[in-house]
Amino acid sequence: MIALTVAGLTLREAFRRRVVWALLVLTVALLALSGWGFSKLIGLDTDLGTMTSGEARLVASMLLNLIMFGFSLIAAIGTAFLAGPTLAGEVESGQALALLARPVRRSSVLLGKWLGLVTFGCGYVVLAGLGQLLIVRAVVGYWPPAPATGLALLAAETVVLLTLALLLSSVVSPMASGIVAVGLFGATWVAGVVGGIGGALGNEGVERVGTVSRILVPTDGLWRGAMNAFQDPGALVQMGPEGGFPFLSDAPLTAAYLAWAAVWIAVVWALTALSFSRRDI
Amino acid sequence: MTSADAATVRGVTADGLAGLPPSPAVWCSGLRKRYGRRTAVDDVSFTVARGEVLGLLGPNGAGKTSVIKMLLGLVRPDAGEVLLLGRRAADPRSRAAVGYLPELFRYQPWLTAAEVLDLHVKLAGADVPPAERRECLALVGLTERAGDRVGGFSKGMQQRLGLAVALVARPELVVLDEPTSALDPIGRVDVRDIVLSLKARGVAVLLNSHLIGEVERVCDRVVILDQGRVAASGTLAELLGQREVRLRLAGVDARAEDRMRAAGALARSGDWFTVQLSSDDDGVTVPDLVRDLVALGVRVHAVEPVRISLEERLLAVLRHEEGT
Repeated sequence: MIALTVAGLTLREAFRRRVVWALLVLTVALLALSGWGFSKLIGLDTDLGTMTSGEARLVASMLLNLIMFGFSLIAAIGTAFLAGPTLAGEVESGQALALLARPVRRSSVLLGKWLGLVTFGCGYVVLAGLGQLLIVRAVVGYWPPAPATGLALLAAETVVLLTLALLLSSVVSPMASGIVAVGLFGATWVAGVVGGIGGALGNEGVERVGTVSRILVPTDGLWRGAMNAFQDPGALVQMGPEGGFPFLSDAPLTAAYLAWAAVWIAVVWALTALSFSRRDI
Repeated sequence: MTSADAATVRGVTADGLAGLPPSPAVWCSGLRKRYGRRTAVDDVSFTVARGEVLGLLGPNGAGKTSVIKMLLGLVRPDAGEVLLLGRRAADPRSRAAVGYLPELFRYQPWLTAAEVLDLHVKLAGADVPPAERRECLALVGLTERAGDRVGGFSKGMQQRLGLAVALVARPELVVLDEPTSALDPIGRVDVRDIVLSLKARGVAVLLNSHLIGEVERVCDRVVILDQGRVAASGTLAELLGQREVRLRLAGVDARAEDRMRAAGALARSGDWFTVQLSSDDDGVTVPDLVRDLVALGVRVHAVEPVRISLEERLLAVLRHEEGT
């Protein structure tokens, strides 16, 4: 009950502070721009001759991953910078004092904040992502093999990142927590790309960089799963399975990895609750 | 509070037996808190009875706000126990009927004043009809601004809103930490009236304030904290009970001085003599003293009763001029 009240409050904050409207404007602009870009793909003159619709679809599937990465980046930065101030900022400003002096458990307040942020972040990713898929279908005629799985994994990636940002914001300052969370997100992505290159070159040591980073912070692993669900299966054949191309993924996620991501979220959440409940306000 | 009293408090909590006197609004014992190497609160114990107004006084950094935060579960004490309205402070339900105005009062700037009250009513789990919430805003003078966002409020208005938040969920205990720090003189009078009306309704109030006059007017009892410890505590009558009489005399000899010493501790400055009177003085000490002095041939030019103010008493305690 308390958690739902706080979740509602968090969502209301996102709307009242115009975060939602800013994102909406940005996203509509991005969608319109990408729609225009995709429409130029068909009949595009390249050095290899005019692109056929089949080729265009192939390129579109790769471009789609690129744009989806853009959305996940927006969601990541948005939620990380929303998650930081929401906990640490309220403690710093004194807003938390009157709130936590009510007959509420701190873990319920944390759960409410988390639920609100999850709803916001996931809602954004799913809606913006779905909009993009529909535009690509309308313009180029490409529909990904597993759109629901892809969007769900994209949402899961956002959940991982905002849970991390919440944990960080319970130990360091609000600004620092946002920067560190986004930094870690970027670093694991780069580590994933490095690992992919290592795999392409057959260097196990370098490949392991990607594997380890995907275990430590599962954002990149989930992102690769999402890419796999969005891309044209033919693209891999064309590029070669060991291509190391950053916007193609070799294989779907294993159940074990998904379970690990769930456990990771639960553990980080519990650590946040523990740190928040022991904190002097 | 003795251990027997504490046992009674626990007994009430455990059994909820009807007929027993209600547990105190606040009971705390042996509170201790260290921040790094600095001891902020050291072995603080006190009680606020139901319907009582307790003033918490002390210089900056005496640990007043830390004590309040420990009572409300916002800060974890290193040692000590707290019971709020008969429940252990570790249990969030102990705060169900507690209203709190923090020293650092900040409310969600994107909400309106009325929405902030709605939120707190919801969080408190109280059933307060909208009309009563509006009354609460009216009480602090915010009726006109009920629909305005808090972000546009001045500091004084935010403090008034904080007061409404503390009062809205039908509290049995109200904790006010520097409630008038941002208020104008009229606002201060309003707060005083609100505290007195709470007292009249049997609501206990814990008031932390630098404004000694404010405390002296509304508080039944005072706890003076200094360097994290309770330096003095008692009812106002106990703390201020000590009175003095100043006399301007001529022709005072040793016998006259002895007579004055018999009435109380004596201090002399020129031809002014100050005699400290005991708190159980029955009102005849001064007339009898004057009669005897006149009989001893002393010329009495002036007799001025002096009442020690809470401020003087506070300064005396803080400068360690006297023990309690």
